[in-house]
Amino acid sequence: MEFAISVLISGISVGGQYALIAIGYTMVYGILRLINFAHGDVFMVAGLLGIYLSASLPLYLSLPLVLVLTVALGFCIERVAYKPLRAAPRMSVMISAIGVSYLIQNTATYITGGQPMTYPTIPFLSDTVKIAGTSTKWVTILTPFLVLALVLALTQLINHTKVGMAMRAVAKDFETSQLMGIKINSVISVTFVIGSALAAVGSMLYFTNFQAITPTAGALPGLRAFVAAVVGGIGSIPGAVVGAFIIGICENVIKSTEFTVFSDAGTFALLILILVVKPTGLFGEKVTDKV
Amino acid sequence: MIPEKNKKSAAVPMIAALVLLLAVVLLENVSLLLPQGSVPSVLLPTSQLFSVLKKGAVYSLAAVSMNLLNGFTGLFSLGQAGFMLLGAYTYAILSVPIAERAAVYYLYGGSAVNFSFQDMFGAVFGTEGVGGAISMGLGVVVAMVLAGCVAAVFAYFIGLPVLRLKSDYLAIATLGFAEILKAVFQWQALGPVTNGANMIKSFPTFSSFNLTDASGKVTLRLSTFFPFLVAIVCIAIICMLINSSYGRAFKAIREDEIAAEAMGINLAKHKMLSFCTSAFFAGVSGALFAMFVNNAQAKVYTTTMTYEILLIVVIGGIGSISGSCIATFLYVACSEWWLRFLDNEVVLANGTKLPFLRSGFRMVVFSVVIMIVVLFFRKGIMGDRELTDLFAKKSKKGKEAVQ
Repeated sequence: MEFAISVLISGISVGGQYALIAIGYTMVYGILRLINFAHGDVFMVAGLLGIYLSASLPLYLSLPLVLVLTVALGFCIERVAYKPLRAAPRMSVMISAIGVSYLIQNTATYITGGQPMTYPTIPFLSDTVKIAGTSTKWVTILTPFLVLALVLALTQLINHTKVGMAMRAVAKDFETSQLMGIKINSVISVTFVIGSALAAVGSMLYFTNFQAITPTAGALPGLRAFVAAVVGGIGSIPGAVVGAFIIGICENVIKSTEFTVFSDAGTFALLILILVVKPTGLFGEKVTDKV
Repeated sequence: MIPEKNKKSAAVPMIAALVLLLAVVLLENVSLLLPQGSVPSVLLPTSQLFSVLKKGAVYSLAAVSMNLLNGFTGLFSLGQAGFMLLGAYTYAILSVPIAERAAVYYLYGGSAVNFSFQDMFGAVFGTEGVGGAISMGLGVVVAMVLAGCVAAVFAYFIGLPVLRLKSDYLAIATLGFAEILKAVFQWQALGPVTNGANMIKSFPTFSSFNLTDASGKVTLRLSTFFPFLVAIVCIAIICMLINSSYGRAFKAIREDEIAAEAMGINLAKHKMLSFCTSAFFAGVSGALFAMFVNNAQAKVYTTTMTYEILLIVVIGGIGSISGSCIATFLYVACSEWWLRFLDNEVVLANGTKLPFLRSGFRMVVFSVVIMIVVLFFRKGIMGDRELTDLFAKKSKKGKEAVQ
């Protein structure tokens, strides 16, 4: 019983961290129809920034700085690698995303020397707490609540502000919204800024749990978060969150059995199952192609 | 008129391929022909040149098979590494000599598959001298064909559900299958067959093709020739497929699925054909890759490998076979050989150290170059043209000038 609870708790917590990454994927996909393969690497860079900045600065300065720099990185990636390809076929943009991911990983290898780095312990978050007979870190307990709060704030932003309305319009129809006087470039930038900021928060939570950061540390959480976004119905924010919790729990359940090797395979099997049975995901809108 | 033109255009590439093969054989045997000491270091058998050539041949087949799917049929699949893994493992499992099996599978107390093609042919042709060489060569080729077949059969079953998906979803689903395959092949329970997460080794590799005399001295090097031969034969088959009516159907599907369907092309059938053919050749290239690195290990066949091959296809030009081949050799040479100097620290004569140069810098420069190509030279080296198109245009121009 205790074991089951601890598996469930860590599943929910990891799921929450994936949710923060998945929102970045799903928002970008909703607007640009682009799988931003570099998003997982932005998440990894946020982790590395956390290490390097907290080595020389106190935490109350370094953590906000991590947030700002990650947002700047996300913004720059969009401006440099995706904006010039606005009119190009979707495949070119996707390849550009793969290129960015490759570049970030190689640069990280160059800077860190390829050695795993250890994330600093954040006081309070890393402290252990006993809940229902199992001891765990505070971050595990706090993550779901923090995620819910952030998602609520985000849905408020999207449903009740001018920028949010512009985002919804651009997601609905790129060209028409342009004709209606929406500056799509700034809307897209805002999307990337929000996505990167959430990824930075996610990295603080995630790497407090899994402290070793290698240059490829972002790839797998990124892929899992993307799978979560697809499972939930890509383009839908609540869908991404629900999908992420499902993926997180499934992963931890599989990891707790003897089939540990299959924890990622299970994630992808779920993805394929969803794609085959309900290609638009749990909450996705049905799109009909016009000839 | 059309058949005549085809005949003419088939002869030129064939001669070119033969010349290329001859050149490779000559190049790799220069070190044997020239007196010792006078061989330039770049032509020594240990030179980076040959490892680049071998890896280039392996990757060009992988890139062309990916191009068949992504460039010619317009199916954006990211499962290449998975099919290469299947090919590599099939080849490795069927090729480790029975005598070596206990040593390779020592963790599992021997292999569950006590069979190898080399030994089977060895029973017919003998295991020593010429007979041994024949049985080794035949064993390798048969195992390689089977490697392709296994990949193609898997592709068929993967394709049944997956090929109904469109663009990004197809990409992610195939990527997912590649990851699942990787996990399955590392599973302990399959250890007696796949050797778990450990590598399978001791099977015939490229250097097994070097002819030696009785004392073990190499008399004729064929270790670079062999991957070139396989790659050229396979690429030629892919070319023929693309130039056939099937190939025209593939291109029609790429341009517009709905229009193609309206023209009476069976979408499901042609997509499946393209998917399985591509997987077959990916499997063969996986077997070649296993021979190149001298082992088969599941954790090597990552998504990064798929991305690498995809980048090669893009750099060469999506929908150009010769582009893919040229890009492969450029890519491999740059990443493995020409940019190597960036990884070494350089201290100038006056004691100052050049900035940035240290281990890892090569890949940074390399990925920046790739980004530049992706952003500014979107059509790649060849666009969707072939080398033969370039020559054809030139000779046409020449004719016009004469008239």
